[in-house]
Amino acid sequence: MRAEAITRRRIVTGFLIAALICLPFADLTQAGNDPWAALSRMMRGFLSPDFGAVEQITRAIALTLAFAIAGVAVGALAGLIMAPFYRLRAVRWLAIALRSVHELFWALILMQVTGIGVATGVLAIALPYAGIFAKVLSEILDEADQRPSDWLGRGVDPLSRFLWARMPLCRREMVNYTLYRLECGLRSSAVLGFIGLPTLGFQLDSFFRQGEYGAAGAIMAIYIALIATIRLWMRPRAVWAWLAAAGVMLSQVHSPPMGQGALWRFLTSDIVPAPLRQGDVAGLWPWLWDLAAGAILPGLMATLIVAQLALILAGGVAFVGQALIVPRVTGRIGAVLGHLLLVILRSFPEYMLAYLFLQIFGPSMLPAILALGLHNGAIIAHLLGRQAEGLTLRPDAPRGLTLWGWEIVPRLFGQFVALCLYRWELIIRESAIVGILGVATLGFYLDDAISELRMDRAVVILLATGLATVGIDALSRFIRGGLGAGRLRARVASDRGVAVPVG
Amino acid sequence: MQLLDAADLGYGAAPVLRGITLHVEPGQRVALLGRSGAGKSTLLAAIRRALLEQGRRVALVPQDHALVPQVSSLRNVLMGRLDDHGAFHNLTTLIRPRRADRDAALQVLARVGLTPEADRPVEALSGGQKQRVALARAIYRGGDVLVADEPVSAVDPVQAEALAAVMREAFPTAILALHDVSVALAFATRLIGLNQGRIVLDLPTEGLDAAAIETLYAR
Repeated sequence: MRAEAITRRRIVTGFLIAALICLPFADLTQAGNDPWAALSRMMRGFLSPDFGAVEQITRAIALTLAFAIAGVAVGALAGLIMAPFYRLRAVRWLAIALRSVHELFWALILMQVTGIGVATGVLAIALPYAGIFAKVLSEILDEADQRPSDWLGRGVDPLSRFLWARMPLCRREMVNYTLYRLECGLRSSAVLGFIGLPTLGFQLDSFFRQGEYGAAGAIMAIYIALIATIRLWMRPRAVWAWLAAAGVMLSQVHSPPMGQGALWRFLTSDIVPAPLRQGDVAGLWPWLWDLAAGAILPGLMATLIVAQLALILAGGVAFVGQALIVPRVTGRIGAVLGHLLLVILRSFPEYMLAYLFLQIFGPSMLPAILALGLHNGAIIAHLLGRQAEGLTLRPDAPRGLTLWGWEIVPRLFGQFVALCLYRWELIIRESAIVGILGVATLGFYLDDAISELRMDRAVVILLATGLATVGIDALSRFIRGGLGAGRLRARVASDRGVAVPVG
Repeated sequence: MQLLDAADLGYGAAPVLRGITLHVEPGQRVALLGRSGAGKSTLLAAIRRALLEQGRRVALVPQDHALVPQVSSLRNVLMGRLDDHGAFHNLTTLIRPRRADRDAALQVLARVGLTPEADRPVEALSGGQKQRVALARAIYRGGDVLVADEPVSAVDPVQAEALAAVMREAFPTAILALHDVSVALAFATRLIGLNQGRIVLDLPTEGLDAAAIETLYAR
């Protein structure tokens, strides 16, 4: 297929056909659950939040904040140190390796070494974020004005040059990006609770188990309010105070101590493939084949099926929802409500949405597809809606649905396809992750291997997941290149401050 | 100082300036005149390169200032001497300038009339003020030669004359691109006129007046 032969319509048709092919293989059954009863219980809980369990709620929220702040701070610092050297292959590859493993997967692995403790939570956020920070901060440095640095001539040492003539020019954009990352960090931190760290996810899970929907509603409401107001309470000037507070909070967390030499045992014994450990080199291939046929391939298939269907759902949500926040289409009140809906869907991490849908529909692919589709659809719809508001319309342009159909949809269609392609990569990553909830995607097999303490298998599955991500990245880049959407990167990059989901 | 010898200057295949030979005596103050696009900036860049290759200390005032907008005027001025110190010294200066450094930089800022703006970030200053910060940075740096590209284009004529005097005091040898003939006459000891990629006039300023130059130019 030549890149020039790619048109937007063919892309969309191709993805629709792929989704249709996936459909018969998708497990969308509701395992004996009565979704409406569960849904109504949950809605009642959310509509009448119960702040009675104030101590637990406060602690979960404070720890969610503390893990996010500490993790993002460490990640940002490490990324900042790597950024000036991003041109070096070793640094670049290290950054790629760090960010190709999801926070939750990092956490699952780290638990084997550092236990369910502060170090695991902070590192699980800091490690992948360091890789992302290194890349984005190096881009910011490259885009900044080089002239002051050129003026200094060749006699100035690199550190002085960086601190005097490079860093000040980038500071504002770096701070903005870090704020956006902190928003992501709050989601990551909340989700880490689902695998046992003492953050929001953990508390939410235990409220659900006890059937305390009101308390669950309360904690969610506070969480959404926190994310929505992040720019009000996180001021650059207050950074040290927040860091200190995070440090104090985290020092209160007590966790069971790990045995001596856990890291050494992990690196030298646990992750060595079982046949090699037993000295049976010939057994390696059957072992790998067994792993590929029994876990990686089915996991990959399920991941792709979930991702394809979720992408179509996201596309549908975005296609319809792109005008939701435009007052000329939905009216002033409608636009406010549209904003609210999209904010809620965007604030919840996919994983948490999937968890909620799992409570309603029971275990199948359906909760994962719904969660990924709605969350990502809301993000695309939000970005498109902001562009739709900026469109110059002729004075006698229509209103309402006619405007949506005749102006907004056709004029933003290119952006729509490009943004969907961007989210595609992220949806696949997240599809693998939601496996930890029990959907049989790659995350499921990884979690399974870890809970059986077969770390050698886990590491191979992790490598396969990373390779699949890289492959999808390359495919998506190829398609985007064919569409001439490569330019989107520059626009998205300059737009970083406003929470554009590129990484 | 033999700076250029029958050099073709410019970008890529089509040079902006052809066959340029330039020799500047220490103590000379040279003004490059010419319409915009005549190649003044190209010539200045080549002159700076030649001076640096000869191991001379050059103080540069670029046309676009090349200041760090987010940082105070004072620190932009202090930037002029970063290559005289090691990384640790520069780091401590960035955090808190030493009394002696600060006083020296303030003195230079006073000479260009920017004492009140010393601690304001450069991005909050007017175009003329920015230009004076760039000039102050060059003066603070000091050196054998001042190389400046339109260093007084954004200030009023009275200030321009005053700044010309400041530059004269600070640097015995200077090469400036200027578009204002009267400033050039007040500052320079030698005029070089550029037109259509060539040097069309090269005269001492003594005994010249503005009208004579304009006619020389027009040819």
